[in-house]
Amino acid sequence: MGSADTLLAGSLSDQREGLDRGDTSPSELVQASLERIGARPSLNAIVSRRDERALAEADVAAARIAEGKPLSPIDGIPVVIKDNIVQAGESATCASRILEEYVSPFDAGVVERLRAAGAVIVGRANMDEYAMGSSTENSIYGPTHSPWDETRTCGGSSGGSAASVAAGLVPLAFGSDTGGSIRQPASFCGVVGLKPTYGRVSRWGLVAYASSLDQIGPLCRSVPDAAIALEVIAGHDPRDSTSIPQALPPLRERLDGDVEGLVVGLPSEYFVEEGVDPGVLARVKEAIGTLEEAGVRFEPVSLPHTRHTIAAYYVIATAEASSNLARFDGVRYGRRADLPADLEDLYRRSRSEGFSAEVKRRILLGTYVLSAGYYDAYYGKAQRVRTLIRRDFEEAFSRCDAILTPTAPETAFVLGSKTDDPLSMYLSDVYTVSANLAGLPGMSVPCGLSKGMPVGFQLLGKPLDEATILRLGDAFQRRTDFHLLSPESPSSEAKA
Amino acid sequence: MTDWRDEYELVIGLEVHTHLKTATKLFSPAPVTYGALPNHSVSPIDLALPGVLPVLNERVVDLAIRLGLAIHATVNPHSVFARKNYFYPDLPKGYQISQFEEPVVSGGWIDIEVEGGEARRIGVTRAHLEEDAGKSIHDVAVAGSDDSCIDLNRAGVPLLEIVSEPDLRSAQEATAYLRALRSILRYIGVSDADMEKGQFRCDANVSIRKHGASEFGTRTEIKNLNSFTHVEDAIEAEALRQAELIADGGEVVQATMGYDPARRRTSVQRLKENSDDYRYFPDPDLIPLRIEPARIESVRAQLPELPEEKRARFQNEYALSAYDAGVLTATRSLADFFEEAAKACGVPKAVANWMTRDLLRELKEREAELEDVAITPAILASLIGLVEEGRLTARNAAQLFPDLVADGGNPEALMNERGLEAVSDAGAIDVFVEEVIAAHPDVVEQVRDGDDKPLNFLMGQVMKASQGKAEPGQVRKALASRIRG
Repeated sequence: MGSADTLLAGSLSDQREGLDRGDTSPSELVQASLERIGARPSLNAIVSRRDERALAEADVAAARIAEGKPLSPIDGIPVVIKDNIVQAGESATCASRILEEYVSPFDAGVVERLRAAGAVIVGRANMDEYAMGSSTENSIYGPTHSPWDETRTCGGSSGGSAASVAAGLVPLAFGSDTGGSIRQPASFCGVVGLKPTYGRVSRWGLVAYASSLDQIGPLCRSVPDAAIALEVIAGHDPRDSTSIPQALPPLRERLDGDVEGLVVGLPSEYFVEEGVDPGVLARVKEAIGTLEEAGVRFEPVSLPHTRHTIAAYYVIATAEASSNLARFDGVRYGRRADLPADLEDLYRRSRSEGFSAEVKRRILLGTYVLSAGYYDAYYGKAQRVRTLIRRDFEEAFSRCDAILTPTAPETAFVLGSKTDDPLSMYLSDVYTVSANLAGLPGMSVPCGLSKGMPVGFQLLGKPLDEATILRLGDAFQRRTDFHLLSPESPSSEAKA
Repeated sequence: MTDWRDEYELVIGLEVHTHLKTATKLFSPAPVTYGALPNHSVSPIDLALPGVLPVLNERVVDLAIRLGLAIHATVNPHSVFARKNYFYPDLPKGYQISQFEEPVVSGGWIDIEVEGGEARRIGVTRAHLEEDAGKSIHDVAVAGSDDSCIDLNRAGVPLLEIVSEPDLRSAQEATAYLRALRSILRYIGVSDADMEKGQFRCDANVSIRKHGASEFGTRTEIKNLNSFTHVEDAIEAEALRQAELIADGGEVVQATMGYDPARRRTSVQRLKENSDDYRYFPDPDLIPLRIEPARIESVRAQLPELPEEKRARFQNEYALSAYDAGVLTATRSLADFFEEAAKACGVPKAVANWMTRDLLRELKEREAELEDVAITPAILASLIGLVEEGRLTARNAAQLFPDLVADGGNPEALMNERGLEAVSDAGAIDVFVEEVIAAHPDVVEQVRDGDDKPLNFLMGQVMKASQGKAEPGQVRKALASRIRG
C-alpha cells in the first residue's frame, strides 16, 4: 500500500487525529483521495471531480488547522456527495441524460453546511438515475461496481457514495435515502449509512425524487463518524418548509458504549425465513447476541402492516416523482430535442431521449395512480396505509427504544441479475422503506460477511431520536471490528 | 327568433383571479413587478431549477383572511396546498401550486345592486390561494421571430381565485358583482385589481334554463374575460348561442369557450371530455396551512370599514341620498376625500354635489384617477366656503373649478386674481338693475302685471351685466322691489 492508501485507510476520526497532531495535512488527504479515485476507475464510483478547487480549498483548511483553529471535526476532510445534491458551479446530473449539461447556480443547504465546516468536496458520486434504483446500474455513467467484488453491485441508489467509503476513496460520503438508498448500499458495501429523521436535514438543493420521503444522510466507516457528520448537516432551514425546527441534541458525548437496559424491538414480520438469505439472517442474529451481551434487552414487537409497505411506497414515491420530474421538459435548461416540430414534439422527444426506461416506468406508474378515477384506489389508499404503518411504529415504540432488523434481505447481487426484473429489484428495499414512510431515523451497521460479501443490520429509532440508534450502533462497533473490514483486508477476526 | 329572455333564465357563476398585493411572490423571494424587463423578476424557485423548494409567503395568508372576513366567509383553520399538474412552457415546474379540496376561505357572500333593481346577495363558494403562471409570447412583433418566448416575471405571483355560486341572473348582475368584489378588494388593500395589468381576470360559467325550472342547464365556461364590457357582452353572446342551439334542436355540451370581442361571439375551444386530468394531490413540499383563531382576530381588528358599511354610515351621518352615498363609496379614495372635505367645510351635501357632479366629470374628461389630480379636500372645502359666505357665486365657482382640479392652489387667491368676488354691495347692484330696467321696459311691464317668468330673464341680464359677480339673491330682491315696489 502506498501512502495515499494508508492515509485514507481508517475512519474520519482517525484522520482527524492525524490532522490535529500535524502528522498529515488536508492537502495530503485530498491529494490522496484524488489519487485513490484515479487509481480505481473500474469502480466507477465518482462521476465528476473537483481536483483544482478541492486542492485550493484544502490549502485554506490547512492554514486554519496549522493555526489550531479548525472549523469543525470535518475541517480539511475529503468528502464526496451524491450527484443529486447541487453545488454552485458544479454539474448535477442525477446520472440522467436530461441533465448531462446542467450546472447548478446555487449550493444545497447541506453543501453550505459542509463548506462552512471546512469539508473539502472532492467529487460527485454515481447513483441510480434520479435515485430510482437499488443497484446504481441505472446510470448514464454505467454501473458502480462493488469494491468487494467487481462483478457485483454496490447497492443503490447511493451506490457511488457507499463504494467510495468502502474502497477508501474518502472517509465520508453523502447520499440520499428515499426508500433505503443510503442504508441498502451501506449494507452491501460494509459501511455505516444513516438516514436521519425526515425533516432533520434540509432538502434545499437535493433534486427531488419523492419529496415526502427523501432525506440526505452520511455514509462512513464508524458510527461516531456518522454522528459527527449528522451534527454538521442537521438543522432547521427556512428554505425547506418540511425542515423541522427542533435542534439536534449533542450526539457524540453520549457514545460511551453503555447501552445497558435499552430495549430493542425485533419485529416478527422482518425475521421471516422466506426470501431472506440465511447467511444474512445468521449474521444479524449474531449481532443481536453481541448487543444482548452488552446489556440490551430484546423484545418481540409486531408491525402488522409490513406486507403493504412496498406497495404503498411505490405508489407514493412514483406519484410524487411523476410530478417532481415534470420540470425536466427541455424548455428552460437540460437536454432539449433537436429541431422539434412543435411543442408536443419538444416535450415528447426531450423526455423520451432524456430519461431511462426505469425513470419512465416510475413516471408512468405515478401518473397512473394519480389519474382521475384511480386516485382513491391507489394514491388515497397508499396514504391510508402510510398512516397505518406510522401507527404500527408508534405502537411498537411504546414498548421499545429502537427496532432492529436486517437492512436488506440479501448481500450484494451480481450486476445485471435484476435489471430485467424491476419487481425483484424493488423487493431489495423491503426492510428499509418503512422508515421513509414513517419518517423515522434508520441506520445500517456492518455486522460481518456472508460468502465474502458484507451484511448489515438496521436500527430504526423514534422520530428525532437518532441518538439512541447511534448509541446502539456505537456500542456494537466497540465490541466488534466488522467496520474495520475492508475489501483489501476482509479477513480480520471480530473482537467479540 | 323572439328574445330568448322571454323563454329562458340566465344562470351565471363567476371565477375571479385577483393578484394579491405583496412585495414578493407566493413561494419565492422574487419581487412582484409590473412592466419589468422579461425574466428579470425571477428566482431559481420561479425557474424550477433542480433542488429548489417553495416557501409560503406568510403575507398572503393575512390578505386571504382579510378577504374572508370582508365577504362574511369562513376562514378555514386548516387548508392544503395541492399540485395541479399539466405541461405548458410558461409553467416551469410542470405543475401549479394551488388549493383544491381544502381552500383557505369558504362560504361567504357579497351584496350587489343593479341599476333600477333591488339589492341581491350573491354567494361566494370559496376563495383559494394559488400561483400565477408566466406569460407565453407568440406574437412575432413582440418576440422578434417565429419562436415563442417565455416571460416568467409573472410566474409565482400570488393569486386568490374567488368562485361565486351560480347566483347571478343577468350579465348586468355579473358586472355589478365584479365591481362590488373589485371595490372590496381595493378597500381592504388585498389587491389593486387593475384589469389592464391582468391583476383581475374573470372566467364565467354560463347556462340557461326555462323560466321556473328548478334544474340548472348544462353550463359552459368562458375563459379569460379581461374587461367589464367583455364580461357582459360575452355572457349575452353565450346565452344567445345556447338558446339558438336549443331552438335548432341541439343541446348544450360542457365546454370551454373563447370570446371574440370583434365578432361579439363565443366559440368552443375545448370540449370538457377532452379536458386535462390535472392529477391534483397535496404538495409534499409544503405543510398544511394552519390558521389560529388569534390570527384571524388580529386581522379582523385591522380591517378597514367596508364599502357597504361606509355607504350606510354616509347616509346616516351626512344625510346623503343612497345614490350619492353609493357613488362616494365606490372607492376608498373618493370616500376619504369626501369625509375630509365635509369635515373641513361643514356642508356635506354641497361636497357631495361638487364631487358627484363636477369632480367626477372632470376626472372622466381627463381619464384620470383622484390621485392623479391636484385638488385636495381642503381646496374643495374652501371653495364651498366662499360660495356659502356669498363671496363667490356658484357660477363663478364652477368656472374656477377645472383649474383647481388641474393645478390646485388657493380658491380665494384665484378668485381675487380673476376679480370674481361677488358683488353684494346694494349700491353697485342697483346700478346694474337700473341699467337693465331701462333697457327692457316691455319686460318690466310684464313683471309688473304679476308674471314671474320674465323676472328670470331680467335677472340673467343683471348677472350678465355684473359679469356674474352679483349675488343672485340680492339681485332678485332688488329687481322685485324696484319693479313691484
